[in-house]
Amino acid sequence: MTFALRPTRRLYAHLSTSNFVQCRTIKKEHTLKNGGWERVIPAFRSVCGEDGVSLGEAVREQHGRDESVHRCRPPDVVVWPRSVEEVSALAKICHHHHLHIIPFGTGTGLEGGVGALKGGVCFSLRNMDRVLDLHQEDFDVSVEPGVTRKGLNSYLRDTGLWFPVDPGADASLCGMAATSASGTNAVRYGTMRENVLNLEVVLADGSIIHTAGRGRRPRKTSAGYNLTNLFVGSEGTLGVITKTTLRLYGVPEAMVSAVCTFPSVQAAVDSTVQVLQTGVPIARIEFLDDVMIDACNSFNSLSYPVAPTLFLEFHGTEKSLEEQVTVTEEITQANGGSDFSWARDAETRGRLWKARHDAWYAALALRPGCKAYSTDVCVPLSRLPQIIVETKEDLMLNGLTGPIAGHVGDGNFHCIMVMDPNDQDEVIRVHEFTERLARRALALDGTCTGEHGVGLGKRALLREEMGPLAIEVMQGLKATLDPKNLMNPGKVL
Amino acid sequence: MSRVLVGVKRVIDYAVKIRVKPDHSGVVTDGVKHSMNPFCEIAVEEAVKLKEKKFIKEVVAVSCGPTQVTETIRTALAMGCDRGIHVEVSGKDYEAMGPLQISKIFAALAKKEEASLVILGKQAIDDDCNQTGQMTAALLDWPQGTFASEVTIDGEKVKVVREIDGGLETIKISMPAVLTADLRLNTPRYATLPNIMKAKKKKIATMKPADLGVDMVSRVEVLRVDEPPTRLAGVKVETVDDLVAKLKANGTI
Repeated sequence: MTFALRPTRRLYAHLSTSNFVQCRTIKKEHTLKNGGWERVIPAFRSVCGEDGVSLGEAVREQHGRDESVHRCRPPDVVVWPRSVEEVSALAKICHHHHLHIIPFGTGTGLEGGVGALKGGVCFSLRNMDRVLDLHQEDFDVSVEPGVTRKGLNSYLRDTGLWFPVDPGADASLCGMAATSASGTNAVRYGTMRENVLNLEVVLADGSIIHTAGRGRRPRKTSAGYNLTNLFVGSEGTLGVITKTTLRLYGVPEAMVSAVCTFPSVQAAVDSTVQVLQTGVPIARIEFLDDVMIDACNSFNSLSYPVAPTLFLEFHGTEKSLEEQVTVTEEITQANGGSDFSWARDAETRGRLWKARHDAWYAALALRPGCKAYSTDVCVPLSRLPQIIVETKEDLMLNGLTGPIAGHVGDGNFHCIMVMDPNDQDEVIRVHEFTERLARRALALDGTCTGEHGVGLGKRALLREEMGPLAIEVMQGLKATLDPKNLMNPGKVL
Repeated sequence: MSRVLVGVKRVIDYAVKIRVKPDHSGVVTDGVKHSMNPFCEIAVEEAVKLKEKKFIKEVVAVSCGPTQVTETIRTALAMGCDRGIHVEVSGKDYEAMGPLQISKIFAALAKKEEASLVILGKQAIDDDCNQTGQMTAALLDWPQGTFASEVTIDGEKVKVVREIDGGLETIKISMPAVLTADLRLNTPRYATLPNIMKAKKKKIATMKPADLGVDMVSRVEVLRVDEPPTRLAGVKVETVDDLVAKLKANGTI
């Protein structure tokens, strides 16, 4: 396949209002101001080795996209450092030559965070893949950016410990720290913000810092400014995360999964609130709306009642599980819930939860040939029924396909917007819908992004959410840590 | 009632990138993460499941090797085995240790412990021999159910569904018997912290191959270990004629 060498400006102008159309044209390579690439590439090679640098088109394309609908924005070159010293050396070269730096973990992000809008150097960190310093008795471990969530849990399988933050994808743990990822069991185990103890970060000028001090891993601290959580969620705009120290938990002795149907969204959310208020340490509580359940039924040949449904998971000892399930069942019944079914063994649990696991694909299957974009707002629990009801009305009014799946325990839900990327009108209507949804969430004291991050598409919404003064503070921090604005430009701020 | 012996082998963890030693005598094992062979995990899980269903009374985990293998036995104990046996083998004997020596050890132990079943993984991921279970059965003159993807106890007999090339084969064999676990037999449980703590109190007996009357001499000598050849980059051509010319040039056609 041949690619147009010159960007077609009219096409770009048309697309500038919408980020949703996948485009295969590759931008012309950015030219350097001092000396050109001929001096920089050999410098990179002397740091990472001959194999550690690539200018190949396919390689650059691969590193210019993630799992979002944002089109591919390839970097000018991809490098694979093998150690923090190499990352630092590369950063120094980039700093000297004024080259942009884009950190890349697994490319599983959902907000276009890895797109090289202004070209530059992609630091692909997958070769730094060691699990370091596991301290079983202290429940902590440090990992390099190439270690993924599933990789770490496999490494830990003999220890009785696990890292529970589960965003679905098998993402890089340092990448998860960079985007402040969350997951289906955040309601019990928290998000990355609560579970990162320390970070090793390389700044734009090559300096290596340890946000909580080198090698430190106390379970709590009140020492100095909380630099660790400054970098958590910074999406590669403040530095390259080269190591993260994580808080581990004991593997649950036993698990029980349950499903329950409700007559209304309100009933489902009320049950959620009451379960939490009763103090049941529920591990996962997921909401699927009637449209989503219908899609799941079709996709998996299931026969769940087509109505708002909660999928629940409990972790604990055998005895505590009995108690948790009994209390929860009573609450759901009191709210008009029916068809409460639960399972203890791994196989049946898998079957019960299959509907929830396959939700994304079930949504896509509603309209074959289409793409899907997931919204990500999060509001206080009490506002959840209102926002879901208003959102469903909006969807119906505008003829949009948007089955809903949500982590109701956190007040976070996703509309899986299924759309035809070639239907410009639909793309624009979906875009406008997502903006309305985000503003609806902001009006209800919530956030425009509960777990996916700001990335490329939500910068304007971030300004509305934070207000100008907080944004100014953020810009001040950015200017202090990255005065040349080399780190992942065009994201977050 | 009955007792089951389960073999667990300590191998380099499946996620590790293997490197060959500079002298080509073997692979690098120093400082490299080791864990229980995945098929042994499945064997342990099956034995523990049989005990939970009350078909058998006691599960004994056995491993052969230097002191480090006791970690692997402890993992088996944390998964639910009742006690362990560590057969001490070290140095040259350990490096040369193979299915023949192991099967002799297991045959001797099976008789000593009066086991009704010996359950092993179908093969180890370091040598891929797939011989120990079969040799053990032959030495004991016991029936064998290998590549088991389903095991059901029916009185004094065992029904085994085996994974074979053409599909699945169901056999019924009498106990005592040797079974080897295939991938789809079960999903091994994770060791939980409370079980790991309990496992520390379970007993691991130590013995030497000589105590079982087993001679560890190996008839096999490893001459050289090499990495597989590096894959060459592909070459792009512009036309079909070029493709044909290149294929002819390197002798492919």
